Amino acid sequence: MDKTKRRDLIISFVLIACIFLIVAVLEQILPKTSMLFTVLKKGSIYALVAVSMNLLNGFTGLFSLGQAGFMLLGAYTYAVLTIPVKSRAAVYQYYDGGIIQFAVPVAVGILLAGVVAAFFAYLIGLPVLHLKSDYLAIATLGFAEIIRAIFQWDKLGGLTNGSNLLRRFPIFRSALFPFAVSGFCIAIIVLLINSTYGRAFKAIRDDEVAAEAMGINLAHHKRLAFTISSFFAGISGALLAMFQTTVQASQFKSAMTYEILLIVVIGGIGSITGSCISSFLFIACSEWWLRFLDNADTYIGGFHVPLLRPGFRKVVFSIVIMAIVLLYQRGIMGDKEFSIEGIRKWLSKKLRKKEAHA
Amino acid sequence: MKKLFVVLSILLLVSAVVFAGGEKEGTGASGAKVVKIGVYEPASGDNGAGGKQETLGIQYANSITPTVNIGGTDYEVQLVIVDNESSNDKAVTAASELVSKGVSLVLGSYGSGVSIAGGDTFANAEVPAIGVTCTNPQVTLGNDWYYRICFLDPFQGTVLANYAKDTFGAKKAYALAKLGDDYSVGLCNYFIKAFEALGGEVIYETFPEGTSDFAAYVANAKNKGCDVFYSPVSIEAAALIIEQANTQGLTMPILAGDTWDSNVVLGAAKGTKVDISVTTFFVEGSTDPQITSFVDGFKKYLASNQTAMTNNGGNDEIAAVTAMGFDAYYTALEALKKAGSTKGADIQKVLPEVTYKGVSGDIAFDENGDAVRNVAYVKKVDNTTGKWQFVSVQSVK
Amino acid sequence: MGFFQSNLPYLLAGISTGGQYALIAIGYTMVYGILRLINFAHGDVFMCAALMVIYSASYMPLYVSLPLAVIATGVIGFAIERVAYKPLRTAPRMSAMISAIGMSYLLQNLALYVTGGLTKYYPSVPFIADSIEIFGAMTKRVTVITPFVTIILIVALVSIIKYTKIGIAMRAVSRDFETAQLMGVRINSVISATFVIGSLLAAIGSILFFSNYTGVTPTVGGMPGLKAFVAAVFGGIGSIPGAVIGAFIIGICENIIKGLGWTTFSDAFTFVLLIIVLMFMPTGLFGEKATDKV
Repeated sequence: MDKTKRRDLIISFVLIACIFLIVAVLEQILPKTSMLFTVLKKGSIYALVAVSMNLLNGFTGLFSLGQAGFMLLGAYTYAVLTIPVKSRAAVYQYYDGGIIQFAVPVAVGILLAGVVAAFFAYLIGLPVLHLKSDYLAIATLGFAEIIRAIFQWDKLGGLTNGSNLLRRFPIFRSALFPFAVSGFCIAIIVLLINSTYGRAFKAIRDDEVAAEAMGINLAHHKRLAFTISSFFAGISGALLAMFQTTVQASQFKSAMTYEILLIVVIGGIGSITGSCISSFLFIACSEWWLRFLDNADTYIGGFHVPLLRPGFRKVVFSIVIMAIVLLYQRGIMGDKEFSIEGIRKWLSKKLRKKEAHA
Repeated sequence: MKKLFVVLSILLLVSAVVFAGGEKEGTGASGAKVVKIGVYEPASGDNGAGGKQETLGIQYANSITPTVNIGGTDYEVQLVIVDNESSNDKAVTAASELVSKGVSLVLGSYGSGVSIAGGDTFANAEVPAIGVTCTNPQVTLGNDWYYRICFLDPFQGTVLANYAKDTFGAKKAYALAKLGDDYSVGLCNYFIKAFEALGGEVIYETFPEGTSDFAAYVANAKNKGCDVFYSPVSIEAAALIIEQANTQGLTMPILAGDTWDSNVVLGAAKGTKVDISVTTFFVEGSTDPQITSFVDGFKKYLASNQTAMTNNGGNDEIAAVTAMGFDAYYTALEALKKAGSTKGADIQKVLPEVTYKGVSGDIAFDENGDAVRNVAYVKKVDNTTGKWQFVSVQSVK
Repeated sequence: MGFFQSNLPYLLAGISTGGQYALIAIGYTMVYGILRLINFAHGDVFMCAALMVIYSASYMPLYVSLPLAVIATGVIGFAIERVAYKPLRTAPRMSAMISAIGMSYLLQNLALYVTGGLTKYYPSVPFIADSIEIFGAMTKRVTVITPFVTIILIVALVSIIKYTKIGIAMRAVSRDFETAQLMGVRINSVISATFVIGSLLAAIGSILFFSNYTGVTPTVGGMPGLKAFVAAVFGGIGSIPGAVIGAFIIGICENIIKGLGWTTFSDAFTFVLLIIVLMFMPTGLFGEKATDKV
């Protein structure tokens, strides 16, 4: 590696370490009930699943709408396997304690969540991955719905607790935990993108026929991308379960997949930093910053603001989304990544302009 | 155009951050001290309609009793209302929002799923919560910070099973629940257990979310020769089921739980030939002066406030959840008075001893945090007038 | 006779839901054929049509508000295309799809805001919404009318596409977008006409649907919209007869599944059917075999 590249890498590491440090410091100074932490936690979880979807849609060109189904698999696997044995009778109250009577440690649970999701992705991928893009989308959407119906089926209640929710599994308290796990997983994805596999994926995205002509095994690589993306979606499902402290199949609807798709497109298809940034912005906007619009009794200096009712926040949020999509057609980051080199070039361009003026 | 958009959005965000800052204890308009009570209810999503009606009860109570005397000082009671959107993942952020605004205690929610989802956040922040109409036992089980003033599902399901057997002599029942909805599935579960213990047989089916077409389910009930149709589902599905039952000429009586006690059901059933009975917390037609003053006062409140009238569905029929919300507010005030402080931990210590006689009956808490209630009211729909007809007071044998 | 009588309600329900899905599915398949865009907002346009009827019916008699709402829905379809899809014609396909999803959100949230979330009830259209008896099974007249109305509209639409100038233009544009432009076809008019026709059909579909199932909530368009889209894909996207046949098959199978007692899986079954068909016929039942030019 030449000198500038190594220096850039070190600077990137330092910056990422700084982010972690800032979060740790914030945890100490702000009251622990501040909304900022909720947004940070949820944002980092959605960042992971957005990056995993980007890997599939943006880098490999496989239009899949099944993320919610894999998150569901991951969340349930984690929850079912880690509920402490003494709580099982209370949680599985309609199914006599359920059929699983052991509990695994948290790390194993998260890993297994990813593995189970990847396994199902492999099975699902076998029949559908050769379909054309829109057909693939609807087929994966269909699989997500089928998985959801199966998990809600009461005959399987001994395992999944049917329509009832799962709770009492181990959760995290600090925002550093999801940050660390998501950060680690995203780092792996970045490494993958920059390897030969990543180049094969991009080739498939750009032109399938040409890629095949160049010797890339289409079916094998598509299945690989699908499985890896689902692995990380499963892990993010486990993290989401830990964030929410409850898991219920009915919330993993296709609406969740659409939200993730929105995050990916707004951030820029093919840009990992874009997905991360837009995930935090999306969560902050929809859950935190605009909540004051729901309060019907808002007064500005004695003037009762009309139109504000519960539901107004969501209307404003939808308008904001539409505006962003129409104005930033390629997403906020397009398909570029945030890199030290990019900043240096931008800075030197500015400096050169100054020198020209002087 | 892009630049203008960026400037506008920055302005919006800045103003939002100003509003979004969390405060612990503020001062009210007149400079009096303020105690905040969180209202944790859905205002959108599947349970939005019911959640709004419950919030109305709390708001009405706040409008007639806006102050409380805690430890010798008069405090102004401020309601902090958040929308948990009837969904578990949004519920956690809604709960965090309440906690970050510094509420002393929380009322809610309509919908046991979101209550359970938010329970951990409240427990962690040491804010006690009083459930209003969440009937799933798991809400209070194992959570020392969650209490409730309504009866439980096991009780409700058994009451209806007994009612079906005794009043209609039913031997075969058809139970319909919504797939993925722990409330209706849980309630059906208890109904089935009780009904089968009484020697009856139950055909149990579920419908997926978003179903508008209940023709097949009604036809199933008819074809299997059932005697009663038990469907404790949410109000939107209720209206569609009633309609389909009327179209197909369903003769068997329809039974449901507390969710069907709403003007939505009355509106759908008026003019039809269906026979609907529900178990509920509240009866409007009582002559008790506390109840009549609540009923009259609430109707006047709706008439004077257009938003409230819309939230109630456009007419002034009182939903049972509104009465429960009303009682929950006063229970909260009793708890504040007894605790003598606005700190959540102090309130939680005294809650087990709080009692209150409300429009829905006597309220007291047992060691699990559940309400000590052993009666439910059974109401029937009068199809010609479109109003409720009180039938009986049921208790469990 | 007993067997027929006890199963007739399922068959009738199946045919009528199939017809309703067909009317919505045509909108999806026409837009996809021309723009290669899945118009996620279509199901919500269907819902908006119903809300408009409900709100206008409180001010004017039904025979005025129904046609007015149908026309207004056409206008909404036109407006959505102009605002949300036209600017993104040169953008990557995903952006256009996100715009559709965003539009769908916007319509749902507006409906939620305006109605307050409570279910609104569709006014009872006389004659259509009356209960009638067929061979001993009770149902609403609209379930019987729906398939006939659907077929009449489909025939009218297919004749428009085959014999009129605008129809030929539509076929040309769906075959090859750029060449049609070079040949002098006015793309904007063709695309707008497609959206308007699709929305008008959805509006009529909504009148039939909500006369049968009168509860209107902001999210009521979601499931029928998705199922109609599945029907369009099932029949081969881009093909109108395919969409119709697919819709009827899905509507009938769905109700048969419910009648057999597998109610838990009635929705999931629709997707299983789709996946099985796609495995053997990757472009749907009547889809065109697309060749990849290298």
